[in-house]
Amino acid sequence: MQTASEIVTAAREPERAPESAPARVNVPDRVWSGGLLLLGFAVLAVAAVIVAELVRIGGPAISHTGLIAFVRNSTWDVTRDVFGALPFIYGTLVTSAVALVLALPISVGLALFLTEMAPPSVRSIVSFPISLLAGIPSVVYGLWGLFVLVPLLRRPVEPLLAKTLGFLPLFRGPPIGLGYLAAGIVLAIMILPTITSIAIEVLQTVPGTLREAALALGATRWEAIRVSVVPYARAGIMGATMLGLGRALGETMAVTMVIGNSPTIRSSLFSPGYSLPAVIANEFAEASGDLHTGALAALALLLFAVTVLLNIAARLLVRMSRRGPTRVAA
Amino acid sequence: MKTIGVRRAVNRLMTGLCALALAVALVPLVSLLWLVISRGFAGLSFSFFTAIPAPVGEAGGGVGNAIAGTLYIVGIACLIGVPFGVGAGVYLAERGDTRLGDAVRFIAEVLSGVPSIVIGIVAYALVVIPMRRFSALAGGVALAVLMVPTLARSTEELVRLVPHSLREASLALGVPQWRTSLRVVLRTALGGIMTAILLAVARASGETAPLLFTSLNNQYWNWRADQPTASLTVQIFNYAVSPYTEWHDKAWTSALILLLLVGSLALAGRLLSRRRVR
Repeated sequence: MQTASEIVTAAREPERAPESAPARVNVPDRVWSGGLLLLGFAVLAVAAVIVAELVRIGGPAISHTGLIAFVRNSTWDVTRDVFGALPFIYGTLVTSAVALVLALPISVGLALFLTEMAPPSVRSIVSFPISLLAGIPSVVYGLWGLFVLVPLLRRPVEPLLAKTLGFLPLFRGPPIGLGYLAAGIVLAIMILPTITSIAIEVLQTVPGTLREAALALGATRWEAIRVSVVPYARAGIMGATMLGLGRALGETMAVTMVIGNSPTIRSSLFSPGYSLPAVIANEFAEASGDLHTGALAALALLLFAVTVLLNIAARLLVRMSRRGPTRVAA
Repeated sequence: MKTIGVRRAVNRLMTGLCALALAVALVPLVSLLWLVISRGFAGLSFSFFTAIPAPVGEAGGGVGNAIAGTLYIVGIACLIGVPFGVGAGVYLAERGDTRLGDAVRFIAEVLSGVPSIVIGIVAYALVVIPMRRFSALAGGVALAVLMVPTLARSTEELVRLVPHSLREASLALGVPQWRTSLRVVLRTALGGIMTAILLAVARASGETAPLLFTSLNNQYWNWRADQPTASLTVQIFNYAVSPYTEWHDKAWTSALILLLLVGSLALAGRLLSRRRVR
């Protein structure tokens, strides 16, 4: 008679065999594992190097000016070593805000149209030009903005806006063409595919049963979207918007070419301004000294910090919404 | 209580507005493509592909050195970026179900949102400052850093698509882990990874901002990695912001060439992945 424990031991025996022979672990396997691990660490190393180099180059300029003064001062005078980043921060925020205001309704409408309303054949036809829009290099957008959009704004659009909406300080002043409005419109076109494609992805995760329940209760298609689809996808669409915003904040070439490159702060959207990436693009290669280079790198550090925080928040939101509903329909 | 008529009208209105969004989104695309083709086509000639830029006022000239420079810089970027990007992706797929893997994945996602001009400054600090000059190498490093996170994420997805049964069959035959990964799993995912690489190359070829102060520009042919090098994108920028109309025309023609380059790379990637599916 075997005891219970003997039976268990016997049954376990074959499983133990590999454990008892650690010498047979393949050396190449170890090398392969180690190599992969190193490559994984490489990504972390890249991130660390980015932070370290920006701090190393930009740090001295920040400590020269003081962080608060650097961000709040609105004078950028390279010859006197006065570095105030406010005009660039302002320009970046204004152009990105214009871009979001224009792009958000269009891309959400487009995403809703493609996922909820249009037949699948339309979706597959349209998805190609939208991905094309995402693949066009930004310098080509800048070229188009400079020679097509800016003249268009100068002649009919800005005078028309001034005539109809001129009571708002946003739409006053001489119609130059180059300026915040031009940059905002080009940015809107550029972030549209980003927001649209992520919004489509998010909308596709909405369970069909939610939609069907609303429709079964007699809702029209739009009511079903408003009551059950949009609330479910809200967090994801917010995430998509933030990713679009991140792209708008860091976009360089197209903005540099149409914003007018004037380090001033104006309330009118028609006036020329400047943005963080644009000033780096224009001045970095010909920076007049270590302090100037440093101040530009400090601007890059600022841009880096803001876009990283935005991206972290956005990814978390998109992830959350993929996992399921965050809010029940109101 | 709204009547059914009003509700139906609202439904139709909103459907119309959403369809309008599609039209609005397509207007700039059509306008841009049309102008690049119509304004760029006039300047196309054989010498535009082979000659170096001509000074203002002189007829002829081309962007041959800039085309070559773009290919050269992107080539350097591939040599550095592809092994790291694909390798990190394989790590994420094969060993990535750990805390460390999650961290690497998240950081790769976040890094892909970092503005390219910031990466340009990092490459400046890493390469230009120690070498004391602008160079194709610095441009290549900048583009490589941009390629790594996107390549890592797409490679991971493609490797994860390989069915588990294939891996198990290989391991059951006594093939060691590393050979299974290389010869069975990676082999299977190779077509997809090539597509991912082509798309990353297409994206890198269109980058301007990180090249402005790394590879700078060059009016002449250059094949040395430690010298400033022209690129198509920087050349378009310089032509576009110049005050001369004849240079503006050259900007359009160069933009047409750039779009053809980027477009054919992306198309090649798409065709490759379509063949793989069959």
